[in-house]
Order: sequence, then C-alpha cells, then structure tokens
Amino acid sequence: MDTVTLDRIQQERYDEIKMRLTHEPCKCKHIMVCGGSGCHSAKSGELIKELRKLIKDEKLEDEVEVVQTGCFGLCTKGPIVLVQPEDTFYSKVQVEDAHDIISMHIKENRIVDRLLVRENDGKVVEKLDDLNFYKKQQRLVLRNCGLIDPERIEDYIALDGYQALKKCLFELTPEQVVNEIKDSGLRGRGGAGFSTGRKWEICAQVEGDIKYVACNADEGDPGAFMDRSILEGDPHSVIEAMAIAAYAIGGQYGYIYVRAEYPMAVHRLSTAIEQAREKGLLGDHILGTDFSFDLEIRYGAGAFVCGEETALLNSVEGKRGEPRPRPPFPAQSGLFGKPTLLNNVETYANITQIILKGADWYSSIGTERSKGTKVFALGGKINNVGLVEVPMGITLREIIYDIGGGIPNDKAFKAAQTGGPSGGCLPASMLDISVEYDELVKAGSMMGSGGLIVMDEDNCMIDIAKFYLDFTVDESCGKCSPCRIGTMRLYQILDKITKGHGTLEDLDKLEELGLAIKDMSVCGLGQSAPNPVLSTLHHFRDEYEAHVVDKVCPAGVCKDLVEYTIIEDKCRGCTLCSRNCPVGAISGAIKQVHHIDPSVCIKCGLCLTKCKFGAVVLGKSKKEDEE
Amino acid sequence: MDKNCLCDLVKEHESTIRGICKKYSDSPGSLISILNDVQEDFGFLPIQVQEIIAQETGIALSEIYGVTTFYSRFSLTPVGKHKVSVCLGTACYVKGSQSLLDGFKRALDVDVGETTADNQFTLEATRCIGACGLAPVVTVDEDVFGNTKTEDIADIIGKYIDKEEN
Repeated sequence: MDTVTLDRIQQERYDEIKMRLTHEPCKCKHIMVCGGSGCHSAKSGELIKELRKLIKDEKLEDEVEVVQTGCFGLCTKGPIVLVQPEDTFYSKVQVEDAHDIISMHIKENRIVDRLLVRENDGKVVEKLDDLNFYKKQQRLVLRNCGLIDPERIEDYIALDGYQALKKCLFELTPEQVVNEIKDSGLRGRGGAGFSTGRKWEICAQVEGDIKYVACNADEGDPGAFMDRSILEGDPHSVIEAMAIAAYAIGGQYGYIYVRAEYPMAVHRLSTAIEQAREKGLLGDHILGTDFSFDLEIRYGAGAFVCGEETALLNSVEGKRGEPRPRPPFPAQSGLFGKPTLLNNVETYANITQIILKGADWYSSIGTERSKGTKVFALGGKINNVGLVEVPMGITLREIIYDIGGGIPNDKAFKAAQTGGPSGGCLPASMLDISVEYDELVKAGSMMGSGGLIVMDEDNCMIDIAKFYLDFTVDESCGKCSPCRIGTMRLYQILDKITKGHGTLEDLDKLEELGLAIKDMSVCGLGQSAPNPVLSTLHHFRDEYEAHVVDKVCPAGVCKDLVEYTIIEDKCRGCTLCSRNCPVGAISGAIKQVHHIDPSVCIKCGLCLTKCKFGAVVLGKSKKEDEE
Repeated sequence: MDKNCLCDLVKEHESTIRGICKKYSDSPGSLISILNDVQEDFGFLPIQVQEIIAQETGIALSEIYGVTTFYSRFSLTPVGKHKVSVCLGTACYVKGSQSLLDGFKRALDVDVGETTADNQFTLEATRCIGACGLAPVVTVDEDVFGNTKTEDIADIIGKYIDKEEN
C-alpha cells in the first residue's frame, strides 16, 4: 500500500478505538481481556469465549465488543479484564464471572465490586490508572500491551504504527536514522548493554552486497518473560523496527529467532508477519519506495547458550548452538558469513518511539549513562508478580515495595536477583541502588535481560547459587573447558556445602575458581556463570559460614542440615501426618503423640503442611530444643 | 518398544518425513525447523528417522545427530502419553517447585526425563513457562496447574489416569 492508505487506515481505526485512551463515552464499549501467557494459563481464553457467547445471546453485538490484548503486567491478579471507555479494572476474573460483567456492568452500568482490586492497605481501586502498581511505571516498550489487539494490524496502525518506518523512508537518510539511534543513548536490552546506535553504525559501514537483520527472541533466563510479552502483546513494534534497522544498515532480509517453547508468541508473530505482508509493509517496494525487506521466524530448540549472539547465529543456520570466537563480530561476518545486525526484542521495541519522538526526548528519560526504560519480570516472593516497565535510575526499593507491593506474609526481604543465571543477588543493604547498567555491574550483578526475582528469609542463598549453577552446568555447551568443567566443579563444591561437608577452604576455592572461569571462558555464558556464586559469597558470607562451620542452614532449606520434629504438647495424635508420610517415617497410635524417625525421614515436608495443629516444626538440627 | 514395531512405524511415516524435508528445501539452514516438524509428527527422533532426514537433505547423519543431541527439545527415545512438566524457573523454584518435582518423582516412580513403565507419563523439569503469577506451576500436556502444592500431586495425576479408563 502507499502512504495515503496507511494514513487513512490510521485515521479510521483511531476514531474507533481512541476511547481506550481518552476514556470518553462512546457507542460501543470494549471489554479488553488479557491474552498474555499468564492470564491465558489462568483460562482467559475460555473467559473470552464465554463473554462473546453471552453478548451474542443478549444481542448486544452493537453495544460491546470483546478484545483479546497483550499482557497488562499485573499477572498475579489475572485473568485481567479492563472495560473501556470507563477504564474499570477487574482482577481474577473467572469464567463464571462473565455473566455479572455483562448483566451488571454492560447492561446496567453497575460496577461489579467483588472483582475490583483491593490494595495492600485495604483500599479498593476501580480504575487502572489509580492502581499503585502502575503509578511509578513508564510504559514505552509496553505502550500497546493491553491497549490493542495484537492480531489486528489496524489497531497497531491506529496508534502511529508504521509511521516511524514511513518517516525513515521519506524523511531520513540511513545515516540520519543511525545517528538518531546513536544520539538517543539506547543500549542493548539483552544484557550486556552495548550501544545500539554504535552497533548499527558498524554494521552500516561494513561493505557487503547482502546484509541480514536478526532479532534475538531466545529468552532463556528462567523466570523472565519480557520478550515473550512484547511479542505476544505488540509484535508489529518489533517487525517495524527491524525494517527500520534494515533500511539504516542496508539490509534486505531478517530472521527472528524465537523459542519454540513460546507457542503463543510464535502464533502472534506469524500472524503479524502475514498481515504486514498482505498490507505491503513487508516485501518489495514498501510504501511505494525502492526499499524492500522481508523476514522469517527461526525456532530455537531449548538451549540457553543460543541467547549468546554467535551461538544464536549457528542455531539460525540449523547447526549446534555453540559460540564462535570473536572477532570477526557478527556485524562483520554473521549469518551465512554475511554482515548481520543482531538486537534483542526489547531493544527493537524502543526504536519506533525514538524515531517518532526524537533522540532528545528519549535521552531525557533515565540516567546519565542508561537512557530510557527497562522492562522487568518481577517474580518470586513478591505480592505483585508481573511485568513492569520503569525508567532507568529508579531504585530497587521503589520497584519492590511501591510497584511490587512488598513481600507476602510479612516476611523479611532477603535478596533480589537480577540478570538470571548470569547475574547476582543484591542484599537488603543495597535496596536503594539506582537500577541502571553500570551500577548493577558495580554491585556484582547485571541488568541482564530483565528477570528480577525477590527472595525472602525462607530462601537459602547457597541453595539459590546451587540452583543457578545446576542450570549453567546443564546449559553449558561444552565447547570450552573453563565453562564445561569449571561450572561443574563449582556446583560440586556448593553441593558439598549444602550437604554439610563443606569447609572454610571451600569458600576460598569457590572464589578462586569463579574468577578463573570468568576470565577464561569463550562466551558470555561462561564469563558470567560464576556471578550467582561470587555475589552471594560476597553479600551473604555469614550464611555460607553457617553452613560450613556450624553445619546449619539458617533458612531451613538444605535438607541435610534440617530436621522435622513433632512438638509433643501440640500433637493430638490424629494420624494425619503418619498416613500421609510417603516413607512411613512417622510412628504413633491414634490419640497418642507421634514421632518422626530421622533416619527414615526424607524431609519432604508433607507432614508439616498436613498438620492442622502446628505440631510439626522445622528444627534447625542443632537448635531444635529452642522451638 | 521392540525394534520390528518401530520399523513399521517409521515406514508408515516415511513419506510424511520426506515431505517435511522437501517443504524446507529452498530455505538454507532449516535443519532445526525440519526436526521440530518431524518430531511433532513422529513423537520422537529415533536414529532410523534421522537417517531418512539425512538421505533427503544431504546433511551428514553425524551432523544431524549432533544437533538432535544438543537441543533439549529433541528426544531420541519415546515419550509417554502425557507429559508432566514441573516448572523449575526461578520464580517457581523460590516458591518451592523443587519439592513438587521430588513429589512427582516419588508418585510416578521415575526420574526427570524418564517415562513410566506403562508409557503413560513422562516427567520433565521445565524452565519458566511465563505463568510466574501462578507459581509454582505444573503443566500436564496443555493443561496448566497453578499455585500447586505437594498434596495436590495425587489429584493431578489421577485426572489423567481416569481418562485412560474411560
């Protein structure tokens, strides 16, 4: 299509959906239902079907429409329903609640009070904008998530979609595009934080008849789902940005490398690509110009190392995902030996905004050295589990307490883990750290792709370090020995410590070995794999010492260092524990005090969860008489 | 599964497998896509199936074997009728998914990656399915069970055993 058609579609569709932004009264209401992975797992798909059925039964088709959107972010309260134009935010909406939404809200204009969010302080909130969760967020990358139907290109076009591409093709030279990105200060959101503009510049300057543009959507960090949510909620923002990148560097073809484990993201992305092709926004002579660009999806098959750029290139080529030595860098010799520009999903999702609003606007957000916003997947022991987007420079405390709503069950905050298996744990003393690339690295962690896991007093930091090492041992590709053998040795030492056989000397060994692995590994996986160990060793040395000197796990996690016991005064002899014990470790007749035989007990903890009288306690081997 | 039986099965699927390879013949470096599609069709990737792909694509069998053994998504052995996956993503792990996994191991009497003797269940530990709001999460085939506790394990497995008897 040409630019006139693009602008016409924009105007027409904008008039239909602008009430989602302006909240002005209108003829037809929109019931926006979250179709992100989290809400979908909580059956939002069935909810949508039920709502549509009721609307049909009640013949309300002209008055209300159900729209499946991308992720709203507040996953903990899912499935989420937002009724527009009045901006009413309903949480934990079950299929059975569809009836009330239609009969009360839509037909009678009455709010369904029981579905509203109740904040921690007891206040009941009606509108999305009034939720504490959103107050300190700044949604640039996620701007369309929850606002548009990701499977409908007109929705994207209505909100300035493909206008950035138009601006580049008609008003800017490739050099100007590169300079705009450079001036914005945008840094790669995949983890390491290299200047995006600089990367584009290098790739633009390399001579080559064929150049590729690639997108890294191989989100491997366990507990992170930012990239998936962007692809599910606003796939066109990535496709448009890749076309802009191709224009800037002189590329003709693109690959999006996405995990096959993300079926919904793949589906939405494929749909978006098809729609863009149909509209002539991908393919030959885009918007009537000489610029041609197309792209395809390539699937990852479950290998964390493929998030590393050179390993990713091998995998796109259908090979084992082992890293290549650098140089040559992908910008010089990448896919099939051709110059290749590779950026992460979230990086691309920033591009259209920078082009439309300018580098000056973008660089006004954030800090001196980290510009813009960052999306985090907030998880673990936190009230508001979900997806948040915050300006760089916000403090960890603000993210965890103001946005995240603090720690559940009045437990004490212990640590926040950023950067996944490549990052580190930050203790309570660092809650006021400014969240930006360089500060996090200084603190022994890293920005990473955006996983942010909160831990409370019940988590053992050695166990967590061991968890990450178990992951890297599993995922190390085996190409270089520091990573292949080193991570295994780190794991073995940690395992020894959690089993109560560690010594103080082992702690020094961990540090020495960790530093050596960082120095000598070929790729980013090995170079960052020791971080979870080194950072916990640094910030939680007391806890390591408790394990090796006192042979105690203060958090009560390491099974070999804890014991389950029954408090005689509290036991009523109901036999519930002994009947549930999978190994028959609990003895005692009915109405008699029961006992756990520690030599048989496998410490599964089932008795503790089953006991209705609080008689089963987790003793810390040495201190059980204090309980 | 005895060998003869597998040969028949491979024969039955051979033309489909070759068709999948042909579908990608114009697109360089599509081995992983081919393997994904073939696994979807055949269920797993025994060496006999890899041989057919090698013949059809001209890629050395050793190279194909290198790829199938590299990626965790590919399985060279048959998988059970139902796939039980316990999420060991960090968000689920800090909320106790390890004891869930231990519970499933005991309940099904298999280790991670193994299939029960009756070929009904394969137990897997998976990394983050993105439903962190429901942590800890267990999936059986396409069904998601959120906020799972160890005492729910028997019920979850029971749901799928009952289906068999009907």
